[in-house]
Amino acid sequence: MNAERNTFKNIDKPLLLIYLLLVVAGWFNIFSVVYDPETSAGFSLASRYGKQLLFIGLAFLIGAVVLLVDIRIFSQFAYLYYGIAIGLLCMVLVLGTEISGAKAWIKIGSFSIQPSEFAKIATCLAFAKYVSQPAMDMKRVRNQIAASLWFLLPMGLILLQPDAGSALVFVSFALVLYREGMSGKVLLAGMVAVVLFVAALLVNRYILIGVIAAAVLLLLFLNRRSFKNIALAVLLFTVCSFYTLGVDYAFNKLSAHQQTRINVLLGKESDIKGAGYNVNQSKIAIGSGGFHGKGYLQGTQTKFNFVPEQCTDFIFCTLGEEWGWVGCTLFLVLYMVLLIRIVKMAERQRSAYARVYGYGVACIFFMHLFVNVGMTIGLLPVIGIPLPFFSYGGSSLWAFTLLLFIFVKMDTKRYAG
Amino acid sequence: MRRTTINRSTVIIVIFLTVAFIYWIRLFQLQILEERYTVDARSNAIRHKVQYPGRGLIYDRNGEILVYNEAVYDLMIIPGQAKETDWTLLANLLEITEEGAKERYKKARAYSRHAHSVFEKQISKETYGKLQEYLYQFPGFYVQSRTLRRYPRPIAAHVLGDVGEVSESEIARNPYYQMGDYIGKSGLEKYYEEQLRGKKGVKVVMVDVLNREKGSYKGGMFDTVAVSGHELYSTLDASLQAYAEELMYGKRGSIVAIEPSTGEVLALVSAPTYDPNLLIGRVRSANYRVLLNDVQKPLFNRALMAYYPPGSIFKLPQALIGMQEKVITPYSGFACDKSTVGCHNHPDAMSVAEGVRMSCNPYFYQVFRRIIMRGKDPNRFVDSRMGLERWDTLIRSFGLGQRLGIDLSDAKAGFIPDAAYYDRYYGRNQWAFSTIFSVSIGQGEIGLIPLQMANLASIMANRGYYRVPHLVRFIGEDKQVSPFVDTSAHYVPIDRKYFDPVVEGMYGAVHLPGGTARRAYIDTIPVCGKTGTSQNPHGKDHAVFIGFAPQDNPRIAISVFLENSGFGGTWAAPLASLLIEKYLTGKVSRTWLEQQVKAFTVYEPEGNPKAR
Repeated sequence: MNAERNTFKNIDKPLLLIYLLLVVAGWFNIFSVVYDPETSAGFSLASRYGKQLLFIGLAFLIGAVVLLVDIRIFSQFAYLYYGIAIGLLCMVLVLGTEISGAKAWIKIGSFSIQPSEFAKIATCLAFAKYVSQPAMDMKRVRNQIAASLWFLLPMGLILLQPDAGSALVFVSFALVLYREGMSGKVLLAGMVAVVLFVAALLVNRYILIGVIAAAVLLLLFLNRRSFKNIALAVLLFTVCSFYTLGVDYAFNKLSAHQQTRINVLLGKESDIKGAGYNVNQSKIAIGSGGFHGKGYLQGTQTKFNFVPEQCTDFIFCTLGEEWGWVGCTLFLVLYMVLLIRIVKMAERQRSAYARVYGYGVACIFFMHLFVNVGMTIGLLPVIGIPLPFFSYGGSSLWAFTLLLFIFVKMDTKRYAG
Repeated sequence: MRRTTINRSTVIIVIFLTVAFIYWIRLFQLQILEERYTVDARSNAIRHKVQYPGRGLIYDRNGEILVYNEAVYDLMIIPGQAKETDWTLLANLLEITEEGAKERYKKARAYSRHAHSVFEKQISKETYGKLQEYLYQFPGFYVQSRTLRRYPRPIAAHVLGDVGEVSESEIARNPYYQMGDYIGKSGLEKYYEEQLRGKKGVKVVMVDVLNREKGSYKGGMFDTVAVSGHELYSTLDASLQAYAEELMYGKRGSIVAIEPSTGEVLALVSAPTYDPNLLIGRVRSANYRVLLNDVQKPLFNRALMAYYPPGSIFKLPQALIGMQEKVITPYSGFACDKSTVGCHNHPDAMSVAEGVRMSCNPYFYQVFRRIIMRGKDPNRFVDSRMGLERWDTLIRSFGLGQRLGIDLSDAKAGFIPDAAYYDRYYGRNQWAFSTIFSVSIGQGEIGLIPLQMANLASIMANRGYYRVPHLVRFIGEDKQVSPFVDTSAHYVPIDRKYFDPVVEGMYGAVHLPGGTARRAYIDTIPVCGKTGTSQNPHGKDHAVFIGFAPQDNPRIAISVFLENSGFGGTWAAPLASLLIEKYLTGKVSRTWLEQQVKAFTVYEPEGNPKAR
């Protein structure tokens, strides 16, 4: 009994408040999308906002249950859950139902689940358990590689579906690895790789190689010109050059429509009616919101289906259109508060397991925000990925709630050893 | 050790914040710096639907509807939104060719990508019903309801005029109009365009991606209501007009009937005419072409535009001017001297009344000679010139040689030759009475339009004045007088007493032996009239009759002009008498005469089904 009371006393109230704010705002947003001024019939549970309300109720139930049960149910059996998740991911490749080009769903009767959602949680739990072993020194590259395998395996399986969006989420575990001791140079290298990737597609290959050479020479000039550094510089130049050429080569191997998608994003092609349609409509919706937006329920673009996938992947458009730049700013602030709060909470954990898990949660949320919003405002390619607590759908809402509340539960035990 | 971990958590937070910051800046750019998204959003989801007002109805003088409106539907297109249109399906639904459909799309696109254009005009209710089911498959297309003019009786085409789509020059002249709007093209429709058209409204509605309307934008805050056009209460008498057109079937010419006391035009016919229902809707341009190419020129409004020598009806003002100028008296007599000018056989006219009754040409030769040559100058050329100048001011006061202010825009002025004209033609002091004597009997250079002839009858009926003939009595529900109508009395500078002998002659022409208009006789109504034969160098002479009835307190003044039908008394006079009987008694008892008049034709009307 005492432990129970402690649990509720120790719940992190700010985090809970932010969670509730996001979920409620998310629901009102979905209501606005579905709302039709012509058929302003009474409240209906059969509509999307009605269903979402049920989903939210169930999510709260899940959160409450997580807070009530013994946390060891999650920590002790982490590897088991991971095993099940991997099993499901394999199964979905065989038995899955194909929805919009990806075999991501398993249908059981009228109920369908998306194993990748739960794989995120299982991976987070198992990864945290593995990394937080007392004997594990994460400064060692060997251990880093071993830990990476925990998220690279499900990521690979999800890419086979293929669901690039969900797979991308697993990349975020690299940040957790960084926190636990991986060299910052790896992150830097990763970023350089991304920059070079984009540059390889945009810039003429010879100019690009020239720029790389100049950058390497500058680096060499700023450092001591020892034999070792010169050798490193040559190596760096060679690797970067081959990488860019490789990207160029790979791009030409891609199918035409994938090339178009990337070109549209990079602004090299404009194809308003084809590949660029979604993004253009999304930008129109958000852009037309202006400073303070058109007002709640007043959006015209998002309400009348101009933006595809309105309730799910492009839900951010409604926010942008109806609440404008002010609303988007508030949204970003709220999300940042959520992420920073989770990071701060992770840092206050005594248990390494809880800390690593907390970072995992923060990074997963971050990746969703990064990819989803980046897509709607035309900075990233169109990759289907839900915006946590805003996108319509039970599966993702329950998964995010579960993910978050396991951490909240862990946090309540922060004073216990 | 501790220090590095804190740094690492900070680095991660900084990564989060950096991404958020970049997105925040991007949102600022999209939402605040760039205007184009707002514009695109409007063209996406906001549609300005023009609300077309009902065009004003037109009634006749007894409240009978002459023109009403019928609903039709226009298929509109916003080319920028018409993507991936199934042209085959659309073409099939509209019963046009696929190539034609694509051609229209290209044309509309060339006009504007974002503004609407008419894609298919005046779709019938049946086609509209079919189309409606499929409309959701055609984003960028929508249907706009419009009205077409309809004519319950196929009469008065030349008066009522027609309505058509605005031309580019009309749009350029008046910013009220947009492409696809309708405008009065002729007749009352044109003259009273501003009164009839009403005021367009606009309804701002939201549409979804499938082009379905989703209610009004901002609760109708930006909507404006369309205001219907005003009704026109015309002066026409529909049954008289219809009867006049019936009698003119197969003839060429014109009839104008006026209520003398008010100047209200009771009937205005130009024959051949056509069914005004031919010039509406989708059939308009095809029918227009047929009518335009018709050798009988049915589109030509003879009543207002055709110049005819008036012939002997011109003797009426000549007699009046002669008496007013005191060059003759009511009892002046002249011998019928056929050496001056040709005449038919009749006793010598011993008075103005007799001269008029028997329409003696030498009589009016003498009258006009006295008007022109008064011996005020020994030089006959100078004398004639002075005489003509005096005559000119008097004759023009009868509304001749000048545009009568009728409320139709195509009325012509007619032509009265003046001294300047003869100077130009023959040279100054190169002409005298002997040069211009044919003017005395309404031949020569003189040209009158049938409306002016009817107005002359009106002056005779009123014994000295006319009110400007007009076609609209009132406008709108509050029955305002037309701003275009001059209702004042225009007096001719002729003393009242000089009208009596002339009117007596007109009465005699119908009622007494030797009268030239005996066939205008009606046993119950005292008709006064004057015939004329208008010489036609191109063929058989034209016949003309003007008259009024009853003799005292006349209620109708009329001109009947029949091209190529010979002597005025033969067909023009009885035709006029039938109309007078019809108007004054409401029926025609002399069916035998009616049969005769109808049987007389100058061309074969069956040759062309469009013209009547």
